[in-house]
Amino acid sequence: MATAPVGTLYRGGQGMWSWVAQRITGIAVFFFLYVHVLDTALVRVSPEAYDIVIATYKTPIVNLLEVGLVGAVLYHALNGLRVIAVDFWSRGPRYQRQMLWAVVGVWVVVMLPGTYYMMRHTVEALFGATP
Amino acid sequence: MSLADRSLALSTGSRNRQRSNFELYAWLFMRVSGVVLVFLVLGHLFIMNILDGGVQRINFAFVAGRWASPFWQVWDLAMLWLAMLHGTNGLRTIINDYAERNQTRFWLKMLLYVSSAFIILLGTLVIFTFDPTIG
Repeated sequence: MATAPVGTLYRGGQGMWSWVAQRITGIAVFFFLYVHVLDTALVRVSPEAYDIVIATYKTPIVNLLEVGLVGAVLYHALNGLRVIAVDFWSRGPRYQRQMLWAVVGVWVVVMLPGTYYMMRHTVEALFGATP
Repeated sequence: MSLADRSLALSTGSRNRQRSNFELYAWLFMRVSGVVLVFLVLGHLFIMNILDGGVQRINFAFVAGRWASPFWQVWDLAMLWLAMLHGTNGLRTIINDYAERNQTRFWLKMLLYVSSAFIILLGTLVIFTFDPTIG
């Protein structure tokens, strides 16, 4: 903006950091989406071109990145619903902090089994069959 | 025009004093598309990464089987458009917030709009013209 504010507008606390995380996860997911549309577009080039590129995704490192992507999307979605509740629910602003803890709680509860099922193939490939 | 409106018009560098509801509609679009995307995207991630066995299972034949159904074509098309518009508007907001020079803001947004339009059109074209017998 035209003139820099004196001091800072950033007030810290859960309100600010949940907003910062919403921006960072949003940017990350958006750039992934560009790449994902481009790689899928290879089905119009040839089956071989598509399969060659997808094969480069079938590694433990990319598997970890996938879990990170799912974690980012899940946080962005849950916190987005919280933002909607703050905007449209009359008691939303009063409960914004409790709703953030709910977001974190649901995120952990979903990501624990989600990570297990997403990583299972990689763990089996690296360390042998899971019990 | 109130003092707050006037200072806002000045601070955004806009000479256009006409009232526009664009920012209101953009704000509302983020909420509406966000709710729809929660179902479309989390459903997509759950089905692809867990139910269908993740990227290990993905190849051309998998895509062909999926897009044989109009249901998944419509799902993917809706997800593409809503997610790209949602993300483009999100980045527009971020550019407006952090790019302070008018020139920088303008060119960053042009780059954003051109690349987003390219991705949306490319993705749409791929869904509509997919040919399982190619090659």
